[in-house]
Amino acid sequence: METVAQTTLENNIGKTHNVSGSLAVIDALLSEEVTTVFGYPGGAIMPIYDALYDFGDSLQHILVRHEQGAIHAAQGYARASGKTGVVFATSGPGATNLVTGLADAQIDSTPIVCITGQVFAHLLGTDAFQETDVINITTPITKWNYQVTDANEIPEVLAKAFYIASSGRPGPVLIDITKNAQLQLFEYKGYRQCVHVRSYRPEPIVRKGYIEQAAQLINRAKKPFVIFGQGVILGNAEKEFLTFIEKAGIPTAWTIMGMSAIPTDHPLAVGMLGMHGNYGPNYLTNECDVLIAIGMRFDDRVTGRLDKYAKQAQVIHLDIDPAEIDKNVQTTVPVWGNCKETLPLLTELIDKKNYPEWFAEFEAKKERETTLLIEKELNPTSDQLTMGEVMKVLNELTHGDAVIVTDVGQHQMVACRYTKQNQSRSNITSGGLGTMGFAIPAAIGAKFGAPERQIIAIMGDGGAQMNIQELGTIMQYQPNVKILILNNSFLGMVRQWQELFHEKRYSFTDIQSPNFVTLASAYNIAGKQISKRDELKSSLKEMLDHPASYLLEVAVLHEDNVFPMVPQGKGVAEIVLSKEEI
Amino acid sequence: MKKEHTLTVYTENQVGLLNKIAIIFSRRKINLESFNSSPSEIEKIYRFTIVVIETEEVVRNLVRQIEKIVDVFKVFNNTNDEIIWQQIALYKVPTSVIMKDVKVERLLREFGANAVVIRNDYTVFEATGQDDEINNLLKELDKYGLIEFVRSSRIAIIKSSEGVHKKVLDMQKNDPRKSPINNEYLNHKSKIFQM
Repeated sequence: METVAQTTLENNIGKTHNVSGSLAVIDALLSEEVTTVFGYPGGAIMPIYDALYDFGDSLQHILVRHEQGAIHAAQGYARASGKTGVVFATSGPGATNLVTGLADAQIDSTPIVCITGQVFAHLLGTDAFQETDVINITTPITKWNYQVTDANEIPEVLAKAFYIASSGRPGPVLIDITKNAQLQLFEYKGYRQCVHVRSYRPEPIVRKGYIEQAAQLINRAKKPFVIFGQGVILGNAEKEFLTFIEKAGIPTAWTIMGMSAIPTDHPLAVGMLGMHGNYGPNYLTNECDVLIAIGMRFDDRVTGRLDKYAKQAQVIHLDIDPAEIDKNVQTTVPVWGNCKETLPLLTELIDKKNYPEWFAEFEAKKERETTLLIEKELNPTSDQLTMGEVMKVLNELTHGDAVIVTDVGQHQMVACRYTKQNQSRSNITSGGLGTMGFAIPAAIGAKFGAPERQIIAIMGDGGAQMNIQELGTIMQYQPNVKILILNNSFLGMVRQWQELFHEKRYSFTDIQSPNFVTLASAYNIAGKQISKRDELKSSLKEMLDHPASYLLEVAVLHEDNVFPMVPQGKGVAEIVLSKEEI
Repeated sequence: MKKEHTLTVYTENQVGLLNKIAIIFSRRKINLESFNSSPSEIEKIYRFTIVVIETEEVVRNLVRQIEKIVDVFKVFNNTNDEIIWQQIALYKVPTSVIMKDVKVERLLREFGANAVVIRNDYTVFEATGQDDEINNLLKELDKYGLIEFVRSSRIAIIKSSEGVHKKVLDMQKNDPRKSPINNEYLNHKSKIFQM
């Protein structure tokens, strides 16, 4: 152990004593094999940036245009690569600008380590320049946070940070380092990765008893239904999950966060759950007899009204986080643990089966959804383009191989309903928090996390303007990301609710946009604006084939609505296919 | 049905941990009836005793959320019949009244109160007990010119507590990645789940 750490240390920074706290931070990142940091310098983090200056070859720093961009980029990086995203920000406003991203990463379980500078320790609590109590501000939105005031703590605390962020149910960790600790010289004994924090249990013990009970329930079921979330992706359990459902032969639906863990055209796939998910899986949740929930947390957008949710079913809930069991939905059999570990045990105990009649019910619902809705959405007769047909044509060109990064709103629902995705980690979206302005920075991060993949950021005209300054980051570092703006000249999702539930009182949802193409060109990004059906395919192809980043703005139908919809306060079986049904 | 639950939380001794625990309650707009924090019998490990009035279901979720805090070892959730609990209260009364009226002295004896400080102008008594005892004495002394009163938060010992100390120590020794929680959940669930 000693010698390994020592070697890394010498390889990384070339000395072992009188090392500054800042250098120890850099050594920690190198030892954790961090290759990319997203950040923005400032007064209180200058010593760390000074140390970073000598490591440009091994540690790439992406200078964003706003700290919120840095953390969303780190999220995109983590979601695309499975590695921990790293962020640097300075004290005060630098740190507070991370708040939205931290909340987003917390609710979507994304592993992030943020390192913020802080004023000198002797100035803490004096309202010093750029001082904020970032630890207390971020406590409810981090998995763990800690303030370092002495350089001697740095190696151990950073090791803990990386361990906690990525283990168990992942999440964001923030380490606040006072400037004196960054500058302080200390006797550095090397970096040791953390494998154990005595008060922290990342994974509960897997109990065979529950798995046996779960298997019995499944084997006896007539209409079992599998629903899964991001836990399958976070646990790297895609293979184990496929083996499980293929043996079980059970219809399978995903939450928005679980999407892409199995190919979207898998024969057992019946679509997406949730407020704007597919008709069949929502409706039939209330007809199944055994509901097998894997790595998902029964968000209210998935369950609709809880007292009308799957009341007839016995519920098996597999989750790594014991706090999720019985939080929203009462479980019949809880299976605590990482699904990578529990699924193979369960697969072994279940019978190989199929449920042709039960599947036929899903087929029937799908047919109804297709005739009444999808057909019109994908092959519209309107003059104006619809978001759905843009997705259809995009699928024809990507064949489902691209990473789809979405913002928040109507386009997000449409993209998740209609894009084809062949491999895991292809769907990057702000699911739990619903953060507008997520797409551009997350797409930048995703490109650094998965450079070999085609990255397409899809957004509305509202969200596009919310972190549009990150076009500057694209200009400077040239990550090849495609920006697809679906412009309906409205804050579409809010407008839809105003139309359906507020008597069309369109209170402040008509939003004007700049000329996006001209704006992109100011950042040296190629682009095009289209509104006609006959130029859609060629323009999308031009965007995808362009050797660098490209912005395509598509004008779409102004007052289109996303359906189906489980109206708020209604049960999942009350899902409607059109506004006439509300 | 809402009732009093006493949570016993074992934690690392860390700056800011009190806040991390407190916001679990405040986020859900749950009032803390009582909140005590002190070093435990195990070196460097702290023990919080928290009292809330809530339903079993809500408390169970609170317990799990508190256990998710990285620096928390273990949370125990007990109803009043499962614990021995006490509070301490201090009462400041004019010395002249006590000297004059023998009834007061009898009263104090009856409640097991002891004098902590006796001065010419006032005397401070301390009494230990549960809400009722402390409140009753308060009501009585109020009649005799009570000057000042303060009560502590609750501290509680869990009756079936042989394993408490051991369990926390076990946690350090056991497989560091795995939680050694008992199988109580399975037993509980057998009522609902019938095979």
